[in-house]
Amino acid sequence: MPNHHATRLLEAASQLILGKERELRLALACLVARGHLLIEDVPGVGKTTLAHTLARLTGLQFQRIQFTSDLLPADIVGVSIFDRETSAFRFHPGPVFSQLILADEINRATPKTQSALLEAMEERQVTADGSTLPLPDPFFVIATQNPANQIGTFPLPESQLDRFLLRIRLGYPDALAERALLMGADRRELLEARPPVITPADLLDMQRAAQGLHVADPLIDYVQALLSATRHHTEIETGLSPRAGLGLLSAARAWALIDGRDHVVPEDVQTLFPHVAAHRLHLAGDGRPVPAATLLSLMQSVPVR
Amino acid sequence: MKGGLSSLRWRPGLRRTAAPAITLTRQQCTWLLATAALSLAPHLTWLPTWIMGFGFVLLGWRALLLWRGSAPPPRLVLLALVIAAAIGVRTEFDHFFGKDPGVALLALLLGLKLLEVRVTRDALAAVLLCFFLQLSLFFEDQSIPVAGLALVATLSGLAAMASLTDANGRAREQLRTGTLLVVQGVPFMVLLFVLFPRVDGPLWGLPADAFSGRTGLSDTMSPGSISALGESSEIVFRADFDGPPPRPDQRYWRGPVLTDFDGRTWRPRAFAEGAAPFYAVEGPRLDYTLTLEPHNRRWLLALDVPAAGPDAHLFTSDFQLLARQPVQSRIRVELTSHPESSIGLTENEAALAAARRLPPGFNPRTLALADELAAGAQSHEVILQRVIARLRQSELIYTLRPPLLGTDGVDEFLFDTRRGFCEHFAGAFTVLMRATGVPARIVTGYQGGEINPIDGNLVVRQSHAHAWSEVWLQGRGWVRVDPTALSAPRRIDDGLAAALPEGEALPIMMHPRMEWLRGLRLRWEAVSNAWNQRVLGYNPQRQKELLARLGLDQESSWVLGGTLAGAGALLFGLLLWWTIRKRRPADPLERGWLRFCTALARHGIVRQAWEGPHQFGVRVAAETSLPPAARAAIRAICEDYARLRYGPTCSADDLRALRTRINAIRLP
Repeated sequence: MPNHHATRLLEAASQLILGKERELRLALACLVARGHLLIEDVPGVGKTTLAHTLARLTGLQFQRIQFTSDLLPADIVGVSIFDRETSAFRFHPGPVFSQLILADEINRATPKTQSALLEAMEERQVTADGSTLPLPDPFFVIATQNPANQIGTFPLPESQLDRFLLRIRLGYPDALAERALLMGADRRELLEARPPVITPADLLDMQRAAQGLHVADPLIDYVQALLSATRHHTEIETGLSPRAGLGLLSAARAWALIDGRDHVVPEDVQTLFPHVAAHRLHLAGDGRPVPAATLLSLMQSVPVR
Repeated sequence: MKGGLSSLRWRPGLRRTAAPAITLTRQQCTWLLATAALSLAPHLTWLPTWIMGFGFVLLGWRALLLWRGSAPPPRLVLLALVIAAAIGVRTEFDHFFGKDPGVALLALLLGLKLLEVRVTRDALAAVLLCFFLQLSLFFEDQSIPVAGLALVATLSGLAAMASLTDANGRAREQLRTGTLLVVQGVPFMVLLFVLFPRVDGPLWGLPADAFSGRTGLSDTMSPGSISALGESSEIVFRADFDGPPPRPDQRYWRGPVLTDFDGRTWRPRAFAEGAAPFYAVEGPRLDYTLTLEPHNRRWLLALDVPAAGPDAHLFTSDFQLLARQPVQSRIRVELTSHPESSIGLTENEAALAAARRLPPGFNPRTLALADELAAGAQSHEVILQRVIARLRQSELIYTLRPPLLGTDGVDEFLFDTRRGFCEHFAGAFTVLMRATGVPARIVTGYQGGEINPIDGNLVVRQSHAHAWSEVWLQGRGWVRVDPTALSAPRRIDDGLAAALPEGEALPIMMHPRMEWLRGLRLRWEAVSNAWNQRVLGYNPQRQKELLARLGLDQESSWVLGGTLAGAGALLFGLLLWWTIRKRRPADPLERGWLRFCTALARHGIVRQAWEGPHQFGVRVAAETSLPPAARAAIRAICEDYARLRYGPTCSADDLRALRTRINAIRLP
């Protein structure tokens, strides 16, 4: 019995974003698992639309930050301005104080600016002028990234990549979906017309429910075996961290919740594993990202017990 | 584009199956090369240099290819190399049969096989070749270091095999697997060693080339033949006395007795074998066990004077104890000696005449001296005393490096150079005695020996080789006279090192300052003696004794075979039980599931190890070869299993229900 919130949301979303059910589901799982999402793809495949859609359908307060090379940390976090009337500095919160943030082309900004956002993501609070301000509760960052070999980019360092729970690629739509897209109405207008299908409170409920999902001992064994396999693989530089392991488990919980189960099965882990591992693992030697085929063969080397 | 076009062009007649690409990882290749090097290297000591060189060049070539990541050489090159290797072996040994050419060919083929290794199957063949090569080392040598080396090489080979089955594994894990296999193999090894019927002598001891080139005493003596042995510390034999060992001045180990002299070389008399001499036993009796290293001769080197040994040995008329066959492997003989007995009280005239004969025209000065000493003497004993006294006076010097002598060797030694080794002393004395008319002969053998404090054995080395004389006196028989002792008495009491003059270079092991080294050597020799006795010396006789002690009827091959098979099965069962216990899931639910999967696999529906139950169910549901009802039932079982195993609750009822449903499934 699939989760009805998730079903409603995904149904509505797939009318707006055509032929991307799996990616939408992964993005929702990331949101339910309280993680952040990294979308890596060429421009124009609907990264922004995806973020918009999620925000619109969940009723989350949405901000888009376009990262450029001259973007400053203050442009994200906010700035204190002297107020003549009160003769004091007043903090003007930046766009980061929103529930859903789209950090577009995050690898165009300088590392300093990138880290301002990434710190906020990790801490879920911002420190400005000596006072600590909490960020809103469903707090979800979708960062998009162009493939790193484009000119004028600052690739995210490994430690920062680790803060994204999942990485997905959208890819081109299939022929049928593309045809419908070309023939249909403007997506933006459709989006504006669409009311939210769930509330932020529903989302918080889902997040809490996912956290409470049952994970059996054999499943923990399986996750551990997977982690260990990444650490003992000869072609891989360094294996997955314990944080990645926790992330894998919470993403699998969210996936199981969306599927309407009260427990996690190995297939959930297998589905999420490539998305958790791909941006965290690098090949020994040349440091290239690990190819999908290697991840698949690694996964198939770990028996399900 | 040029390459692309030419490869597209159709070339009739040139098409052949392309060699498969290398699918081995670097780690697998490294294991393989290490195993090959470990298997090949120990043969360095005995295989011809060019073969070892060739072998290692091939190995190095493979390593270079590995390092560069390039493809193996084309098959034509390999074929040429094979032909070259075969011709080389043929030239070296004249034939392909026998142990040495066989092993040489094996070594070369291993190198060549490595060169053409591309896929796992080749690599496995190469590892098996390595195992063969390791085994062939035991043809040459069965000492502890060789056994240790074989163990290391086996371990490496097993690790290589482990890496071949698991390309991405870690080297440490593979080594662990190899070690585990070796450890599991040990009980079987011990079992086979103890129970498998022993064969007398080495299985492979047939070819004659096995025993050439041994150093040791020869059956002739000419100046220099014994001093050549003086620097060799190779062990000749070990003696384990039942009681206390004999005094140092009684430690004369009797070897060939030399009677015929041609002016330069002493040879044994053509003795009458089997004429077992009788002698009156006097003095104490010494019982001891001699462990004789192979020397490819028949003499047993018993302590002077030996009693007749078992029937397997011959006792010659000049009191030598001989084996019936040349000693070609290490043997143990139990012997008895009576050091204080008199021998040859009644000697036949022919023997005495032979012991008086001198070749005419040699050593005139010695003959003159003999006449002078014999003048007016009433008995042979008086002459003997005079000769001894004369030799004492002439201040002869004992040295390992005597000057070279000409035709009249005895003259030159006695009157000019005055420097010599034991063969010079014994030779000069015997010639002098014969010239006075007293029967005399030379006995070669070993003198002395050192007690190993670790195990109490008396160890005799090549450097203990010695020559002395026997003179025949009426009423006393053959009396031993050691002319060396007259000039250098310490040679007999304290050994070679003490007897040499100050300043003469000593063999390193005899140096007084090398005491610690000698201690180390004694310790090592005690260990390797234990190995020789207990492991290599485990012959049919000892096996019989051991089995009798274990209460087994060793005569019946059924009992022995049955015990062997039974114990082997028991061991195998234990290992199997241990493995299954380690593998078998404790959880009844999982056990049931695995049974279910096994049953399905028998019908061709195989669950991959990595496949989760849910996914497996989905896959089976799409299997059109099955009737829809069975598909649905299997899918449902998969779903239920996933729910029970990974879900929050699983009661005994659930379990029973699942089992019932599994049993209810009927497949065509």
